[in-house]
Amino acid sequence: MRHTINVLVENEFGVLARVAGLFSGRGFNIESLSVAETPDPTVSAMTIVTRGDDQIVEQVSKQLNKLVSVIKVTDLVGKEYVAREMALVKVRANKETRAETLRITEIFRGKVLDVSPKSYTIEVTGDEDKIKAFLELLKPAGILEVARTGQVALTRG
Amino acid sequence: MKRTGAQILLECLKQEGVEVIFNYPGGAILPIIHELADWDFRTILVRHEQGAVHAADGYARVSGKVGVCLVTSGPGATNTVTGIATAFMDSVPLIVLTGQVPTHLIGNDAFQEADIVGITRPCTKHSYLVTDVRKLASRVKEAFYVASTGRPGPVLVDLPKDVMSHTTTFKYPEAVQIRGYKPTLDGNVPQIRRALKLILKSSRPVIYAGGGVVSSGASEELMTLVEGLQIPVTTTLMGLGGFPGTHPLSLGMLGMHGTYRANMAVTECDLLVAIGARFDDRVTGKIDGFAPHAKKIHIDIDPTSISKNVRVDIPIVGDCKRILAQMLDFLHQEEALEEYGKSLMPWHQQIDEWRKAHCLAYEQNQVIKPQFVVEKLFELTKGEAIVATEVGQNQMWAAQYYQLNNPRSLLTSGGLGTMGYGFPAAIGAQVAFPDRTVIDIAGDGSIQMNIQELATAVQYKLPVKVAILNNGYLGMVRQWQELFHEKRYAQSCIGEVSPDFVRLAEAYGAYGLRATKPEDVVPVIQEALRSPLPVLMDFLIEPEEGVYPMVPAGEPINQMLLV
Repeated sequence: MRHTINVLVENEFGVLARVAGLFSGRGFNIESLSVAETPDPTVSAMTIVTRGDDQIVEQVSKQLNKLVSVIKVTDLVGKEYVAREMALVKVRANKETRAETLRITEIFRGKVLDVSPKSYTIEVTGDEDKIKAFLELLKPAGILEVARTGQVALTRG
Repeated sequence: MKRTGAQILLECLKQEGVEVIFNYPGGAILPIIHELADWDFRTILVRHEQGAVHAADGYARVSGKVGVCLVTSGPGATNTVTGIATAFMDSVPLIVLTGQVPTHLIGNDAFQEADIVGITRPCTKHSYLVTDVRKLASRVKEAFYVASTGRPGPVLVDLPKDVMSHTTTFKYPEAVQIRGYKPTLDGNVPQIRRALKLILKSSRPVIYAGGGVVSSGASEELMTLVEGLQIPVTTTLMGLGGFPGTHPLSLGMLGMHGTYRANMAVTECDLLVAIGARFDDRVTGKIDGFAPHAKKIHIDIDPTSISKNVRVDIPIVGDCKRILAQMLDFLHQEEALEEYGKSLMPWHQQIDEWRKAHCLAYEQNQVIKPQFVVEKLFELTKGEAIVATEVGQNQMWAAQYYQLNNPRSLLTSGGLGTMGYGFPAAIGAQVAFPDRTVIDIAGDGSIQMNIQELATAVQYKLPVKVAILNNGYLGMVRQWQELFHEKRYAQSCIGEVSPDFVRLAEAYGAYGLRATKPEDVVPVIQEALRSPLPVLMDFLIEPEEGVYPMVPAGEPINQMLLV
């Protein structure tokens, strides 16, 4: 099962390596990881998406907690939470596809960030399914490049 | 008054109560080495950095204090890795101080540069790279705190050369505040009460005690609990000595080379109480066959140990000593205690039946048996020695035949299984206890992995006694080849070229003795124990003697090969 885990860590060099090394060293799966500073500049927040049965994810949480640089671990499964991911998509644009691409972008509430004679670069935000669907629909036009942030998440309320 | 980084470092060590530093100098730590000469630390100059870490580890295990070693950057630091990993697996509190190239050269592939913090990240409890002399004191304070509290472990502090010369005012922080590190010490009271209920309902209970009993100093509490309830105790390799091996309620060690009665009792029990143990694969064998009929209680300070390999019914996170003390408090309120002990009679009778298998019996014929050597070592030291082991057959024979009665008396690499650990660890133990007998039970293979430390033992007049069980083989490898690889003894016959250990000892200025027949064993041991020198005893043993009982890897632990 898929779990989204929020981790607050000390904002110091080497902490990301400790977390990433924990996953690789113990054979835990890591689907995405995003990290950024919080309003408190001494703390960074990570959102990690991992997959495993309950026993494995319990171990993941405990092992993360055991790292001295980790301040707090919250497994969001079983909690009410919102999660979003952003993708930047560079898609081929020509006479035949331009209008359709813009229409799809509008339906997905995306934003065109850059226009060139041969391409659009589009920003789209949503949960993983939405981004997947968006990419699927743009495929026929010809996707040139994709950059994705990985999921970020917060509990509700 | 401003002080240099080197002075601050040493002042911190003083404040932490450090008495001994195991070290090996080099360019990057010369500012520290230079300063060290003015202080009254006991410095032990080893002959290889791996030896420094193992010696600090041995010192820590027997004394309960934090072991400290100091090495230079690059190869000095990378040579510590095996020692650090050894201490990490066995939860030994160490501070490993490594030199580092000056801060402006870090990342430049400078001479003798290694990213030692990166290299050791998975095998340290925590690590620090100190790039600012103003943070040095608080980092060192934190390092000692992290190493010695919770589940203990090695902490590495990487010290760039320039930082050791930078100056600042010294102020040692009084307390440590690490927001991400707050070990749980007291057990959860409702859980403890539930555990006691479960214990008093059981009719075939077994206590499975591990290294946590030794490191938390819980032996006395364990003894009170066990004698009060009359529950039999089996210990892991790391737990040996945590409960006296000669006690009538002792089942001996369990697992791959455990006793018949211990493995049978665990397999048949209806309640297993794990205390400071971690369900290691060498203990459990096939996991589905491990205590299959039992409810399980698990007491451990490390939450990650709980339900890692085996699902337990009642987990209790905390310090073993405190939790056992809490249990005893509640138990005194129970009235049915004595009756409970009596109700276990049928269980004890069953265990006595298993005891009759005499699984550790052996026949001493014309060739020296290793079991005989260890038994004589036990008898002639009255079970009071500190015993170090190397890894392999020697380790298992030591565990089976030296009946340890005291905690903090066994130095063995249980988790990592590091050959070459025992001798330097014994040196560290002898530094901690100059007046106690320290014996390293070794093989002819593993003793050669850190033999250079003979010079250290001679230099500092540390009369460690090494008993080499010399069979000309890497014996445990050979035993596995015999049983599982068609007796093809490939790469395991090291006896084809072996040093003359007696002359080797003499070359270092130590004392060498050899026993070639069973009658020699006792006189050789007596002579070694009389000598004020470090001694190598070369026992030429039965070359193809095996360690039994043995549970083949992956089998349930009641499937033992008995001979």
